[in-house]
Amino acid sequence: MSNNPQPPPRTVALTVNGEKFQLSVRPWVSLLDALRQRLDLTGTKKGCDHGQCGACTIICDGERVLSCLTLAVMKDGSDITTIEGIGTPDNLHPLQEAFVKHDAFQCGYCTPGQICSGVALLAEGHAHTREEVSEQMSGNLCRCGANPNIIDAIMEVKNNAL
Amino acid sequence: MNSFDYTRATDTTTALRFAADHPANQYVAGGTNLIDLWKYDLTHPNMLVDINGIPGLKGIHETPGGGLHLGALVSNSDTAHHPLVKARYPLLSRTILAGATTQIRNSATNGGNLLQRTRCHYFYDAAVPCNKRVPGSGCPARTGHNRLNAILGHSESCIAVFPSDMCVALAALEAVVHVTGPTGDRTIAFADFHRLPGDRPEFDNNLRPDELITAIELPPEGYATNHSYLKLRDRNSYAFALVSVATGLVLEGGKIARARIALGGVAHVPWRVPEAEALLIGRAPTSESFALAAERILDGAVGFEHNTFKIESARRAIVRNGMMALDPSSQRPGAQPSL
Repeated sequence: MSNNPQPPPRTVALTVNGEKFQLSVRPWVSLLDALRQRLDLTGTKKGCDHGQCGACTIICDGERVLSCLTLAVMKDGSDITTIEGIGTPDNLHPLQEAFVKHDAFQCGYCTPGQICSGVALLAEGHAHTREEVSEQMSGNLCRCGANPNIIDAIMEVKNNAL
Repeated sequence: MNSFDYTRATDTTTALRFAADHPANQYVAGGTNLIDLWKYDLTHPNMLVDINGIPGLKGIHETPGGGLHLGALVSNSDTAHHPLVKARYPLLSRTILAGATTQIRNSATNGGNLLQRTRCHYFYDAAVPCNKRVPGSGCPARTGHNRLNAILGHSESCIAVFPSDMCVALAALEAVVHVTGPTGDRTIAFADFHRLPGDRPEFDNNLRPDELITAIELPPEGYATNHSYLKLRDRNSYAFALVSVATGLVLEGGKIARARIALGGVAHVPWRVPEAEALLIGRAPTSESFALAAERILDGAVGFEHNTFKIESARRAIVRNGMMALDPSSQRPGAQPSL
């Protein structure tokens, strides 16, 4: 089955949350595993690891993508934002503030992905109504059932920015 | 999961050469399906040939013939939101946005969309037999959980469906697929791209070994005035179609002058029956007319234990979507279907 038991690692240059990194990774290492295990950026969560839950959502070159279905070697030279790059405890991003205000999480496991996804959604500008925001957040599952509050939080930031 | 090697190609000649080096070398673009299949131990690449750096496969532009050229590497999102696609081919835009999620559409490419594998439960489980994965091993779907499976064009060996939404519009629009390969460039009419399973379900399409999709070309007629896409599924977003219908109409003097109807979620290919479309020519766009077409489209449909309902669902969806095409503004992503 495996014809290349140990193909050589590749060097990948990534800018993550404004900081430059050089990583040596095997071809099959996902961007998610590279972020969590090599850069200790464990805010990005591994949920299903199959592109179904959205917990691993990050922003890569301005677009929200699933880091579990992305190979690190394929993102050489990319500019990445993870939850660690969006606000700080003392200086929350407006969407983080809105999540707190609207009680938009319970267990919190999906929250980093929800926040990254929501920040990117607001920047995309394709969602104009609550219905469209809901549709365009469908890639982020919340098993606690906080979805209506998550949409409330996004709508508030969206309307405040108008 | 196996380990694999990785290389980048910056032109098609190099990509083709890398692909030809080993039978298990595979092209990768967005990777949203390929990497998932690899994680489930369903595909075992020897080397991934990353084609994202090939400039000639990017971009969307109008063709001299009045159509639109969609580069194979353009993401599903960029295609759906492109001003020319939205204005001239809104049916394509809507089908793309009905599939997957924003995150996946941002990574997934146009070429890759055509090549995604079926989501039949039994294909996606390496522990059970599947004629598509292991030819000759059997088809548990025939007597298993076949709610998502085919009602048209299936065979003794395979009842899988092709899962794309985007391709349902491409079928209706009569797109042309441009490919390059070891023996040169060629074009494939969309109706000839995917294939029925027959006794060789391991082949999803008629792409030859090592061939690479370079572009998708849309003909001038985009059905921008009268079109609709209706997708019936188990939840309102991020689910594959049980039945979907893409309809494009050209109306003249209150009668149908041209009609295109393609179905998704019902067969191993996007399902189109030109004879049924011809039945509509010269008729008023009424429920009765679309019911006539529906009857012809579903001629010969056969369901299984858990999906026979899809035959009646498809019949009603064809009629309803025909009526919805008369008022495309009532349809928008995220909206519940009207009527």
